[in-house]
Amino acid sequence: MKEVVNLPVDSIEREEYHINMGPQHPSTHGVLRLVVTLQGEIVKKVQPHCGYIHRGIEKMCEKDTYQQIIHLTDRMDYLSAHINNHAVCLLVEGALQVEVPERVVYIRTILDELNRIASHQLWWSSFGMDLGGLTCFFYGLRDREKILDIFEESFGSRLLHSYYLPGGLMQDIHPNFQNRVKEFIKYNRRKIKDYDRILSGNIIFLERSQDVGVMSKELAINYGVNGPSGRGSGWACDIRKKYPYAAYEKVEFNEVLRTEGDTYARYMVRMQEIRESMNIIEQLIDNIPEGDFSVKMKPIIKLPAGEYYQRVESARGELGVYCISDGNKTPFRMKFRTPSFVNLGVLDTISREMKIADLVAIGASLDLVIPDIDR
Amino acid sequence: MGVKIKSMKYSDFLDNESLELFKKTGGSVMLTTIDDVIDWGRSNSIWPLTFATSCCGIEMMATGASRHDFARFGIEVYRASPRQADVIVVAGTIVNKMAPVLKRLYDQMSEPKYVIAMGACAVSGGPFFYNTYHVVRGVDHVIPVDVYIPGCPPRPEALLYGVMQLQRKIKLETIGRSEKDKKLVNQ
Repeated sequence: MKEVVNLPVDSIEREEYHINMGPQHPSTHGVLRLVVTLQGEIVKKVQPHCGYIHRGIEKMCEKDTYQQIIHLTDRMDYLSAHINNHAVCLLVEGALQVEVPERVVYIRTILDELNRIASHQLWWSSFGMDLGGLTCFFYGLRDREKILDIFEESFGSRLLHSYYLPGGLMQDIHPNFQNRVKEFIKYNRRKIKDYDRILSGNIIFLERSQDVGVMSKELAINYGVNGPSGRGSGWACDIRKKYPYAAYEKVEFNEVLRTEGDTYARYMVRMQEIRESMNIIEQLIDNIPEGDFSVKMKPIIKLPAGEYYQRVESARGELGVYCISDGNKTPFRMKFRTPSFVNLGVLDTISREMKIADLVAIGASLDLVIPDIDR
Repeated sequence: MGVKIKSMKYSDFLDNESLELFKKTGGSVMLTTIDDVIDWGRSNSIWPLTFATSCCGIEMMATGASRHDFARFGIEVYRASPRQADVIVVAGTIVNKMAPVLKRLYDQMSEPKYVIAMGACAVSGGPFFYNTYHVVRGVDHVIPVDVYIPGCPPRPEALLYGVMQLQRKIKLETIGRSEKDKKLVNQ
């Protein structure tokens, strides 16, 4: 009798079994499906299944003109919409060798950094929520609304802006823009101390994040994991430093690096990046030059035949846009190298031999945006 | 004073009608129908399912967070399991691969259940309508929808308005068999 009772428990500990995490699961941040192979509570293997939000953006780009492509890139990585737009705009401007006014360059850089802060704040909120700290969710989204207010005042939208166009901006910024950004920076510097007080030093959080999902520098380079996740492993891969675009050459900022490579290091890199972004904005906000907000472009843009590649640093890592043009008004082929897709690749390797609860923490620390994976 | 929205009177926003009635009559006993009581309870505690596929999900999170505060309308507790949820807010694009999953989620929910199609993608396919091979052109091809909220993505205020419309709809329900149910039984 005793043996019969013990048998199932033993077999669970000895045998491997599979669990489907997703596609509808709150902590996968969307519709990612992970087939997790478990032995007891230990993760043996993680197989991500993509495509539950495949929207064929690359294929749709082949039918659209270059101005129309902008609004599709918004919807790829919706948390850093400005930065996605920036990549396509830089690609078109580079191919046509258009010089955009200095004012546009400055405004774009400021907005990119504001978007990066908003993205990291939302990441911080959901990361805290995944690990059981619901307060983070309310704090993070409360402060994110301040940035969205600034966006809304200048160009009317909260999340998906489509504000950049090849050759400049859709319209000029609101006269209040500079004052409100300065107010926000002052406000956020105070609030970010709260963030640290709530989560960064919390013993429960430290227990759950330190030495969890350790990724060595070699591993990060092998898998191409860049952005804040890669910098948590000590890989200096910031596109803003390596291949400067926009106004990043004119500002001084540090590339945030940590060497531990665990979940906590990736967390700290992002927290520090919020501060660095605020530094960048502070250097630029008072020096926005006067001038036009766009240059006159032809209504139908035709890129010369050839191949083009443009990379920018999005909130998740390197966003690359690869475009083949055959001289028509639509591209022949458009390929996006999206950071989330590349970062997902390493999830299996770094979460092996961890507990299944740690898988949630590791997945959240990679900051995956699922439509960015599936495109 | 009051909130001014075209096509919706201020009196419609007063969700606690029974208290107002008490105040007006000054009495301590109130007679009502079972329907009114049940509808009042149901409409003021709609629990949504944590279901978001893309961009609209972020606006749904923003609606649930500090500034916009879903909880004022009783749509408070996000449930991770469809068996505990009353309403499924389809926030984001539904592609062909996701459609069977959505259908299964809807089937797993217990009655009474409601569906809000949030955003252009869920309403009609949105920006992915033309020249595509992958998008379900409107979530009503898969499950029945109660309230449509347009926008790409809709503002949190729009979602709140949509939820209020759903509450109005629930308040008109009856526990008696509806004509539709009778038809189903007869079949």
